[in-house]
Amino acid sequence: MSAVIQAPIRPAVRRRRPVTLAVGCVLAGVIVAVAVVSLFWLPYPPSDVSGGRLAGPGAGHLLGTDKLGRDLLTQLMIGARIALAVGCGSIALGGILGVAAGLAAGFATRWLDDTIAAALDILIAFPVLLVAMLLVAARGASLSSAIVAIGLGSSAIVARLTRVLVKRILAQDFVTAARTSGTSWPRIVLEHVLPNIWPTLVVNLALQLGVAVLAEASLSYLGLGAPPPNESWGRMLQEAQATVLTAPLGAIAPGVLLILLVIGVNLIADGLRDVADPTRRRSR
Amino acid sequence: MLTYLLRRVAFLVVTLFLASVALFLLLRLLPGDPANALLSVGATPQQIAAARHEIGSDRPLPQQFVTWLGQVATLNLGHSFVSTLPVGPQIASRLAVTVPLTLLAFALAVVIAVPVGFVAAYRSRRWYGALLGGLSQLGIAVPVFWVGVLLVTVFALKLRVSPSGGFPQDDWADPGAALNDLALPVVTIALVMSASLIRYVRSATLDVLDSDYLRTSRALGSSFVSAVWRHGVRNAAVPVISILGIELATTFLGAVVVESVFALPGLGSMLVQGIAEHDYPVIQGVLLVSTFAVLVIGFLADLAQRIIDPRLRAPHLAAAR
Amino acid sequence: MSLLDVTGLSVHAPDGRALVRDLSFSIGPGDRLGLIGESGSGKSLTALAVMGLLPPGMTASGSVLLDAPGLPATEVIGAPARRLNQLRGRAATVVFQEPLTALDPLMRVGRQVAEPLRRRRGLRGAALREAAVAALAEVRLGEPERIARAYPHEISGGQRQRVAIAMALACEPALLIADEPTTALDVSVQADVLSLLASLISARGMALLFITHDLAVVAGVTDRVVVLRDGAAVESGTVRDIVTAPREPYTRDLVASARVFDEALSRRKP
Repeated sequence: MSAVIQAPIRPAVRRRRPVTLAVGCVLAGVIVAVAVVSLFWLPYPPSDVSGGRLAGPGAGHLLGTDKLGRDLLTQLMIGARIALAVGCGSIALGGILGVAAGLAAGFATRWLDDTIAAALDILIAFPVLLVAMLLVAARGASLSSAIVAIGLGSSAIVARLTRVLVKRILAQDFVTAARTSGTSWPRIVLEHVLPNIWPTLVVNLALQLGVAVLAEASLSYLGLGAPPPNESWGRMLQEAQATVLTAPLGAIAPGVLLILLVIGVNLIADGLRDVADPTRRRSR
Repeated sequence: MLTYLLRRVAFLVVTLFLASVALFLLLRLLPGDPANALLSVGATPQQIAAARHEIGSDRPLPQQFVTWLGQVATLNLGHSFVSTLPVGPQIASRLAVTVPLTLLAFALAVVIAVPVGFVAAYRSRRWYGALLGGLSQLGIAVPVFWVGVLLVTVFALKLRVSPSGGFPQDDWADPGAALNDLALPVVTIALVMSASLIRYVRSATLDVLDSDYLRTSRALGSSFVSAVWRHGVRNAAVPVISILGIELATTFLGAVVVESVFALPGLGSMLVQGIAEHDYPVIQGVLLVSTFAVLVIGFLADLAQRIIDPRLRAPHLAAAR
Repeated sequence: MSLLDVTGLSVHAPDGRALVRDLSFSIGPGDRLGLIGESGSGKSLTALAVMGLLPPGMTASGSVLLDAPGLPATEVIGAPARRLNQLRGRAATVVFQEPLTALDPLMRVGRQVAEPLRRRRGLRGAALREAAVAALAEVRLGEPERIARAYPHEISGGQRQRVAIAMALACEPALLIADEPTTALDVSVQADVLSLLASLISARGMALLFITHDLAVVAGVTDRVVVLRDGAAVESGTVRDIVTAPREPYTRDLVASARVFDEALSRRKP
C-alpha cells in the first residue's frame, strides 16, 4: 500500500537567508575591528591627559575627553580590547572545562554521573556575577581574575549542556553499532560525539560571550574588575557617572558599545541556530 | 510527593553545607593572611601572631571550619575587620533594603512581562507584536547599571522628579520616603529583567497558541478566550515558572549592582565595600546569606514547578531528567 | 437538505500557494463520507477550514455551508467568531490524529470530558461528574472512574483517543469529523477504535467525515469517498465503485497498492 505517514500540517520551511547571522556579524565585527585596530594604533597614548578635562567632541578629540583629560575615543577602543579579551578568554576557559566535565559526566557510571549532575546544578544556581565576585574577593581584582571567575561560571552551564547532549548521542543506535564493530571509545568521541554536539555548543558559547561581557562590565563598574590602565567600559561608565550632566557622552558611549557588542553576539548565536536547524520554529 | 519533598529538603541541606564549605575554603586558601587586614604595614612578628590568634587563623583548618559552622548556626557571623561591628545585625539591616528592592523589582518585571509577552506572541505577525519581540531581544543586551545612570540623569538630575540616591537613615520608619528612594532603582531593575522575562512569556505563549489542545478545545465549541484561560494559562506557566528561580536570583544580582548606582545601603554595596577593604568576615557573611537565598529560591521554584506540572510527578519521567 | 455543503473551497498558504483547490462535496444527515489522500494532499486543512480553525496566515475562499438542525444555516468562511463558537460543538466537532497533544497535559481527563458536557447539557457538580464517567464508559473504557481521575500521560494511546472521541460526542454534534483518528495508534488497537467509532456514529445517527490516507480503513467505515491529490479532488464515488472500478490513474494506483498489501498479508497467513 502507499507508504504514507500523515505529517502534521505546517507551513513549508524555506531556506531563510541568514539575515540575523549577517547583521550579528556586522555589529560584533565592528567592535572586533576596533579592538584589533587598537592594538596597532590609538588616536592618543592611553595615559595622555593633555586634552583638558571633560571637553566636548571637537577637533583633536572626536568624542571629547574624560574627567582626567584622556581622549574618550582612545579609552573606548581600549575598552573594546578588554571586553573582547575577557569575553573570549572566559568562554574559551568555560568551553574547555565545561566540555571536558560534560564528556566525563556523559560517559561516567550512574553514581558518578549523578554526583556531577548535582554539583553542576548547585553551581548553576549561582549567577555568574556572584561567582565572579567571590573569586575576585579571593584573588584580587585583575584581568585574569575576571577571566577565570567568569570562565568558571560559564563552564558549569556548558558542562550541563554537554552532559545532556552526550547522553543523548550515546543512546543512539549508530553509537551502539560503532561499538559492536569494534570502534574504540576515543574514536567514537572524535568521529560521532563531537561532530554532533559542536553546533549546539557553539550557539551556547556565543550566548555566553554576551553574558560574560556584561558580567565583566558589571564587575568593573563596581570597581572589582581590571584596574587601570586596563580601562574597561564598565569602569569608564562608573567614572563618568559623577559628571554625566556636563559630559553625557562619557556615560552614554560605553553603554552603547556594550549593547552593540552583546546584541551582535546574540544575533550571531540566533543566526547560527537558524542555520544549524532551520526547521525549528523561530522563537525570535 | 512527600518522599520527593523530603528528598529535596535533604538535598537542599546538603547543598547549603557544601556551599558553606566551598565559601570557607575559598576565602581561607587565598594568598595573604586575613590577619593582615587587621594590621598596618611593618607589623612585628609578635603582632602578627597575636592578630592571627585573635582571628583564629593559627589553628588547623578543619577546626576553624567547625568553629565557624558553630558560629553560623548560632547566627554569629563574626565582626567586621574594619568597623569591628558585628556582621550579622549589619546584614539584617541591609536586607531591609535589598529584599524589598529585589521583590518589588521582580514583581514589576512580571507585571510588565506577562501582558507584553502575550501581545508579542499573539500579535507576532503584526508590526507592534514583532516590535515588542525585537525590543525584548535588545533589552537583554543592556547593562543594568547603564540604564540606572540614564534614568538618574533624566529623572533625578534633569527633571528632578526623583531622588538621585540614598535611603532614609531610619530605614522604613517613613515608608513613603523609603519607597520614594526605591522607586527609580526598582524601575531600573524591572526594565532590564522584564526584557528577559518577556522572551520566556512570549515563547511559552507561542507554544500554547500553536498547541493541539487549544485547537481541540475550540473545536469542541469553546471561545478562544475561554480556551486560552482554561488551558493556556497553566500550560504557559510551566516553562515560565521553571526559570523564575533563576530570574529572581538574577534580579538579586541586579540589585547588587544597582545599589552602587543609587548609593543604597543594601547588601550589594556592603559586599562591594567589603571586597575592596578585604574585610573577610563581611565578605563571608554576605556571600553566605546570598548563597542561602539563591539556593532556597531554587528549591521553592522546583517545588512550584512540581506542583503545577503533574508530568513531573510521574516516576518514569523523573528518571529521564 | 445537506448538513454540510462545500463548494469551490480553496485554501491558500501565507505565501500564496494553493493547498486546497476548488474542492466540492456535500454531506447529508447520517451520511458517511471519506476523504482520502496522501500527506500533503490538503485533507486535514479541509477539515480545519470546515470548522473555521485554519492556522493564522492561511486563507480560505469558496463556500462552506453548515446547516445543522436547531441552528441557523451558516456560511463558515468569513463568519464572525461568535457565530463559529456556537456552531462548533453543536453542528460539528473534530477528533484529531494525535491524542497525546490533543489533550491538555495538565488537566485530569475527567475534567476535560466534563467541559463540553457542561456546555451542552448545563450540568454542574455531582451530576456533571457522573455524566463524565458515563461518557467514558460509553467509549468502552474499563474503570471509567479511575480514568477520569488520571492525567493524559498516565493512560495509553488507545485510551486517550477514546477520551477524545468521548469529548467530541459529548457535544452531541450533527457531524463528526475524524482526522486520521487511528493513524497514531498501535496497529493492534486501531481496529477496536475504528469499530467503536462506527458503532457510536450509527447509534446516534450522526454524519461522519472520515479523513485518512488508508484506503482499507476508509472502505470499512464510509459509504462514499472523495480522492484528494495535491489539494484537488481527483475522483469521487461510492466505496464499491472506487475499489472495483477506479477511473483515474491516481485512484487506480491507490487501489492497486492496497490490493498488493492485502495479498501480501493473506499470503502470509498460515
